[in-house]
Amino acid sequence: MSFEWIQIAWALLTLFIVINYGLIMTAVIQKIGARVGGRYGIPVWQNYIDLIKNFSLRSKIHHGVMFYLGPVFRLTGGIGLLLFVPTIYGSVMHQNFSYSGDLILALYFVFFGTLGMALGAGESGHPHAAIGVSRGLSQVTMAELPLALAVYSMTLQYGTLNITDIVAAQQGSIFNWTLFTNPLATTAAMIAFVGTMMRSPFDVVLAPQEIPIGPPTEYHSAYLALMQTNRVLYPIAKTVIFMNLFFGGATNWFEFAIKIFALYMVSVVVGVVHPRFRVEQSIGFFLKWGLPVGVLSILVV
Amino acid sequence: MKHFDPTFKKDTEKEFPLREEMRPRTVETPDGQTIEIEPLKDYFCEAPPKVHPKAYSKIVEDFYNWARAESLWILGFGTGCGAIEMRPLMTPRFDAYRWGIQWRPTPRQSNLLMISGYLSIKTLKRAIRAYEQMQQPKYVVGLGSCTINGGMYWDSYNTIKRLDDYLPVDMYIAGCMPRPEALLAGFVALKKIIKAGKAEGANLYAENFAQYKANQKAVIKDWDMPDYSW
Amino acid sequence: MKDLIAKLKKHYKLTEPDYRRADLTFVTAQKDELRSLLIALRDIEGFTHLVLLTAVDWLEEGLFQLTYMLNNRAANRTLALRVMIPRANAVGDTIHDLWPTAETYQRELREMFGIDFPGSPRVNDEFILEGWTDMPPYRRDFDSLAYSLQTYRERPGRVTHDPREHMKKALYPDQKPEAAK
Repeated sequence: MSFEWIQIAWALLTLFIVINYGLIMTAVIQKIGARVGGRYGIPVWQNYIDLIKNFSLRSKIHHGVMFYLGPVFRLTGGIGLLLFVPTIYGSVMHQNFSYSGDLILALYFVFFGTLGMALGAGESGHPHAAIGVSRGLSQVTMAELPLALAVYSMTLQYGTLNITDIVAAQQGSIFNWTLFTNPLATTAAMIAFVGTMMRSPFDVVLAPQEIPIGPPTEYHSAYLALMQTNRVLYPIAKTVIFMNLFFGGATNWFEFAIKIFALYMVSVVVGVVHPRFRVEQSIGFFLKWGLPVGVLSILVV
Repeated sequence: MKHFDPTFKKDTEKEFPLREEMRPRTVETPDGQTIEIEPLKDYFCEAPPKVHPKAYSKIVEDFYNWARAESLWILGFGTGCGAIEMRPLMTPRFDAYRWGIQWRPTPRQSNLLMISGYLSIKTLKRAIRAYEQMQQPKYVVGLGSCTINGGMYWDSYNTIKRLDDYLPVDMYIAGCMPRPEALLAGFVALKKIIKAGKAEGANLYAENFAQYKANQKAVIKDWDMPDYSW
Repeated sequence: MKDLIAKLKKHYKLTEPDYRRADLTFVTAQKDELRSLLIALRDIEGFTHLVLLTAVDWLEEGLFQLTYMLNNRAANRTLALRVMIPRANAVGDTIHDLWPTAETYQRELREMFGIDFPGSPRVNDEFILEGWTDMPPYRRDFDSLAYSLQTYRERPGRVTHDPREHMKKALYPDQKPEAAK
């Protein structure tokens, strides 16, 4: 893989576009949810105002080095996840740092943020944070299982670990998408997708009615601003991976916007109609439905 | 004024003893040493609150105040009967989310504490603890006439009569209880105060900290907390 | 009810009953017979439900009245027993072994009236008030308003309006005020 300094500037530009897109898209989706519920909902630029307000708080409580590093790790996970997959296929500018084997790196980064958050929240010393962390880690671990199996199955199918090559193999027509050539792997991966988007029915970790907010309980002001930035960046980065692996990638920003929105709405639609699972129920769900589908997809390929 | 017994004098000598586990004492550690501990000093930070200055330039401070006013996060702590007037604000009929108002479950992340109604001494102790854990700049709104002059519970031995003796209040919303429309009007007025830069209750608390603390300790007799709950 | 009271009067010293309603009767019993009376009512007569245990402060006579209200669900009858105990050094018999819920009532009476129930579990724990060092507040010689005036600072300028006069002035501003009759 060749490296040029200009790629850093392009990567920062990609990051900037994706963060802004995320901030606006999450507000739009919340507004859609509000309209469905008969309300007006938040203004579309509310996420920006929240970020500015959190940065502008005048005081902070420090719980130690790991507490400070928790959101940093999490944001690094989100940024790393985005930067190592091609955002727009075929564009030199937005290729990011994709190289051979980056699929495994992407899987690693998916989990990296959660681990950093767990350490940081644990250091805050709040018992609710500790409970949320133990729930969150067990849930995310189990949710990764169908994703890993789907990745194995896809690697066997395409014979490469480079995301760019996988996207290249899906170009041509809509029926080249992995969705249609390997539907079992896509199903297993979508189960994992819904599981890690931190929405119903898998949001017992973060729900305010369960335990006040879970891991982010003690986080405030600038720490919270970092985490909120990650909260918009990380799901989009994950959705970009899914889009690249299973839905044909995006060849321009317009297609990117449409596909990310559609995939995100899948998890939202699942979320608004389902009540919350308990942690053992969600783990059981992944083992009962995600695991067999994933194993089957490996056998079939 | 209702008739009261002028010869009644309350008991001012008796002290409420500190809880057993909060007293300074000598303990035996699991590995055999004997140490002196003083829980209120050992486990908690003793520093008084600081006065946080405003931002370095007026334009920046105005911008920050605009952001703080447009994104008011309320602590979800219903201290009294006014909490039931806050719940309709989350429903489609009144929809406070349009104004950027959210309810957060933890004091670390919230800016606004609504004292909704009568404040009994028990709740005052917890409200002080929640207020002191919030980050600057923070605001307090008193809902209902009980926070203004004692309201309906003006002759109760258990509820306070003036909220601003114990916490720095930025605004009162009168009523018993004010309806959700009145609450929304109150929020709009609070935003005006914040945008004008006049809502510096947290700094007022830090400047007159000794006075507030003396008032609080005069009514809360079983004080087993640190002086400032960081 | 009359037959029940007649039956009980054969064995216990009861005063004249007060038939408030068809299904509600008040009668005064002696303190030393209270427990046996309650056991008899619960096990033999079927008054299995303890509705409440409360106290009344007879300041002038120097007595506390403990009221035990029992309900017979099957026959839908309620019988309330009054027991008078001296106000100074007030001690009552605990009945937490007959009805476990009586423990909470006894705790409340201990805190609010100062009536002790030795043997009741956790009777000296704080029930509602925290850090209360003064006299038990439900007693009639505790003046709540005087206490409030001495503890909490007032905000000057508090005005009370009579709602009738206020609405009369608002609705009929031209009418002259009526002369006091």
